Amino acid sequence: MSDPADLIIVGAGPAGMAAAATALAGGLRVVLVDSGTAVGGQFWRHPPEHARSVIPTEDLHHGLREYHDLREALAAHAQKGQLDLRLHHHVWSAVRQDDVFVVHAVDRRKAPQEIAVVLRAPRLLVATGAYDRQLPFPGWDLPGVLTIGGLQALLKGGGVAAGSRVALGGTGPFLLPVAASLAARGVEVVTVCEAAHPRAWLRHPGPLLRNPGKWAEGAGYALTLVRHRIPVRPRTAIIRAEGGARVTSVRVASLAPDGSPRPGRERRIEVDAVGVGWGFVPQLDLLITLGCALTDSADGNAVVAADEGLRTTVPGLYAAGETCGVGGAALAVGEGRLAAESVLADSGAAPVLRGKRLAAVRSAVAAQRAFARALALAHPIPPAWSSWLTDETVVCRCEEVTAGVIGTARAEGACDHRQVKQLTRAGMGWCQGRMCGPAVHCLTDPKQAYRPAERLVATPVTLGALADLDT
Amino acid sequence: MTSKVVVVGAGVVGTACAFHAASAGLDVTVVDRGAVGAGTTSRGEGNVLLSDKEPGPELALARLSRSLWEEAGEELGPHSIEFETKGGLVVANTTEGLTALREFALRQSTAGVRTEPVERVRDIEPHLAPGLPGGVHYPQDAQVQPVLAAAAMLRAAVARGARFHTGEIAAAVTGRGDRLTGVRTVVGDVLPADAVVNAAGTWGGEVGRRLGAPIEVLPRRGFVLVTEPLPRMIRHKVYSADYVANVASSDAGLETSCVVEGTRGGTILIGASRERVGFDTTMNPAVVARLAAQACRLFPFLRRIHLIRAYRGFRPYCPDHLPVVGPDPRAPGVIHACGHEGAGIGLAPATGALVTAHLLGRPWRGADPAAHTGLLPDRFFLSGGVPK
Ligand SMILES: Cc1cc2nc3c(=O)[nH]c(=O)nc-3n(C[C@H](O)[C@H](O)[C@H](O)COP(=O)(O)OP(=O)(O)OC[C@H]3O[C@@H](n4cnc5c(N)ncnc54)[C@H](O)[C@@H]3O)c2cc1C
Ligand SMILES: Cc1cc2nc3c(=O)[nH]c(=O)nc-3n(C[C@H](O)[C@H](O)[C@H](O)COP(=O)(O)OP(=O)(O)OC[C@H]3O[C@@H](n4cnc5c(N)ncnc54)[C@H](O)[C@@H]3O)c2cc1C
Repeated sequence: MSDPADLIIVGAGPAGMAAAATALAGGLRVVLVDSGTAVGGQFWRHPPEHARSVIPTEDLHHGLREYHDLREALAAHAQKGQLDLRLHHHVWSAVRQDDVFVVHAVDRRKAPQEIAVVLRAPRLLVATGAYDRQLPFPGWDLPGVLTIGGLQALLKGGGVAAGSRVALGGTGPFLLPVAASLAARGVEVVTVCEAAHPRAWLRHPGPLLRNPGKWAEGAGYALTLVRHRIPVRPRTAIIRAEGGARVTSVRVASLAPDGSPRPGRERRIEVDAVGVGWGFVPQLDLLITLGCALTDSADGNAVVAADEGLRTTVPGLYAAGETCGVGGAALAVGEGRLAAESVLADSGAAPVLRGKRLAAVRSAVAAQRAFARALALAHPIPPAWSSWLTDETVVCRCEEVTAGVIGTARAEGACDHRQVKQLTRAGMGWCQGRMCGPAVHCLTDPKQAYRPAERLVATPVTLGALADLDT
Repeated sequence: MTSKVVVVGAGVVGTACAFHAASAGLDVTVVDRGAVGAGTTSRGEGNVLLSDKEPGPELALARLSRSLWEEAGEELGPHSIEFETKGGLVVANTTEGLTALREFALRQSTAGVRTEPVERVRDIEPHLAPGLPGGVHYPQDAQVQPVLAAAAMLRAAVARGARFHTGEIAAAVTGRGDRLTGVRTVVGDVLPADAVVNAAGTWGGEVGRRLGAPIEVLPRRGFVLVTEPLPRMIRHKVYSADYVANVASSDAGLETSCVVEGTRGGTILIGASRERVGFDTTMNPAVVARLAAQACRLFPFLRRIHLIRAYRGFRPYCPDHLPVVGPDPRAPGVIHACGHEGAGIGLAPATGALVTAHLLGRPWRGADPAAHTGLLPDRFFLSGGVPK
């Protein structure tokens, strides 16, 4: 594509794909950038193109019709030269200069070689998704202990099951599809520990009733779990993993209403892999650096503040999908479409969705958001989760900072995760607090929403690639 | 003599003031709107340098400060503040540059700085680029971890009876004859005091104005790069001789001449740029690229090393690039201790000692007000350089 682009989209997950397809249908020239090897994001993660025939994963997916439609639309526009698809490109910074967005990516198609790439367009849409929220517990750093997102990504992206006897734990509905996928690959899922109480749902029945599709999806998983005799244990948690070179067992506790383990109600279960997930954390690095306002969402995360048309507070900058709040792939697709409609309108182009179809997308997005909110409220992080920790439990794995050290910093007056980082180095290592930041936040300031530290560099990039930018 | 002191600002400078004043037996309250060390102190690199300073009032303060850091280290525990005397190596890129550097070093050594000419820089820093004509080794250059140091000095001050108060200072409170009796916070708390120290760093201009003692303190933006952790490859603080020219410069545009050093955690720090762009917080990839390019020229192995983080801060500077330390003649009871630009970490203990000496009316721990008159606020008023 030699003509300048009208729109850059970062993230080719459900949100970014849908946004790109809509913007392209409206006649815009689009650059779609993703660090992955294929479009699809987390939800529609697939093996690399060349391996798909040998690693079948289609049966693990949902909404594949939509995926194939979007993929075809993108491919057709790429062929015409209207779409510039940049896979294997990781964006490390995006800035706004004189009304133009300058997106700095690093091209890793010939890894380990890294080549700096600079993209420009008057409008930018950030759909960088989310990643697993992790809470530490004794033994969580043993090999074989993964996040549930990580387990799912291995299955969908490589057909790999991380173990043969797996315990799952945490909270939220995402436990169910992961259990179902594992079972579909012959893995014995020995327990699913859901920290929440099933009755929590009854407090917010409205959104549940307005989303019959979600009911059906949930019922589908429930059936699979029953068929494979997978026990789902409400109000329990994996509070310890044990083993030597690798995890060999977990301790499962029954939880009191505040989330503390009930004395004498612990069980030991033998496993060879563990998956834990406490919801997701939106990936906001680019948006925070661009100066977007944030707002609090019901799951304890700050998310980007956007209007009904998914416009952020920075002119020309849009967001869609999990960056606006965690709510699943269908919501991400709807938001992507609405964001692209705003881009079209703001660029003076004709809309793609009109009348009834537009109204239907809007009302579906509203209903799915209400559903996500109810979900978040029904699946909180148990307030007393930190009682599972010992002073020796490592919280920041990159810098090996323990819960005891963090406790000391708190006692000395550190009142948020930034201050703890300054005093203890928790969050200063390779992952820059992406992994431990939410946990340190939950240990220091759980009443506030988690606002990640500003990360001016969104992904590690070699100094050589950067130096070559300096002319 | 003063007995009750309020220190505004819990950065490295304010906590050093509190540490020394409390050690001298004064009644000290430190006030900050945020957490200890959360201002510019958390945005710097922690260099305690003599090598970059020309003979003059700043070098005099820096030499005192260097020995007071050592003393503070002994008192607070060198590990608790990560004090390390690793030495600086300034390298010249050209033979002309080397001549200029050697002349500069000669003048510094006359002023009491230890300097050691180095012919083959790769003998002491093996991963430097080949072909550099030479340099100067400064064995006294050291470093501290600024936030840990500020927190440790505050803790020590509290152990000596000081208090920490969270709040934002709004104004001075005066009694009969305009005598200072305290300061008021924005929520209306009044903290009694017969002296107030303006250690508000980059916000020292605004705090001075609120205290009825306006001075000009401006921000100078700087970016610092942090790499992935590595086994130790770089032993000293290494920088190119161009740095010397940049620090002293008052040019408005972008200046970069990077200082490269390994840290205890294994990461390599590359800093820092200098730009006068007000409090503009926007990311500037061009500056990051420039710093990366300069670092790679000094140490070619860095080309394949990953940058994992960049951060930026705003150095507080006065129009003549010297800190302002001492009583304000227009507002009795107000003592300024700000405007340290890119050297506030290094200069903090001596600033604390000098402020304490002013409060006591006699020398304190080697700081004699009569020896540092070049830093007094008077210099702005006499030359007519004061803002409204
Ligand atoms: C590991 C994981 C597995 C999941 N699996 C499932 C599942 O099986 N079922 C389910 O219902 N939900 C799953 N989810 C939830 C799922 O993320 C969302 O429902 C949905 O994918 C959100 O769509 P999105 O477009 O907002 O974000 P994503 O699908 O997360 O897409 C974001 C895309 O942005 C790219 N990106 C991010 N940052 C950059 C950058 N700086 N430069 C370039 N590209 C970048 C990423 O590579 C990614 O492709 C999973 C989440 C995670 C984290
Ligand atoms: C990129 C960069 C690199 C640097 N590298 C070095 C280096 O290597 N070596 C070195 O010596 N120096 C370095 N510096 C400079 C050094 O960081 C500063 O000079 C020093 O931190 C200033 O300390 P301070 O205590 O005066 O200011 P600060 O740390 O900013 O403290 C001032 C405090 O005042 C508080 N405050 C402000 N207004 C009010 C109010 N109204 N009420 C209450 N509280 C208030 C603020 O919250 C803040 O905590 C660097 C600076 C930058 C930006």
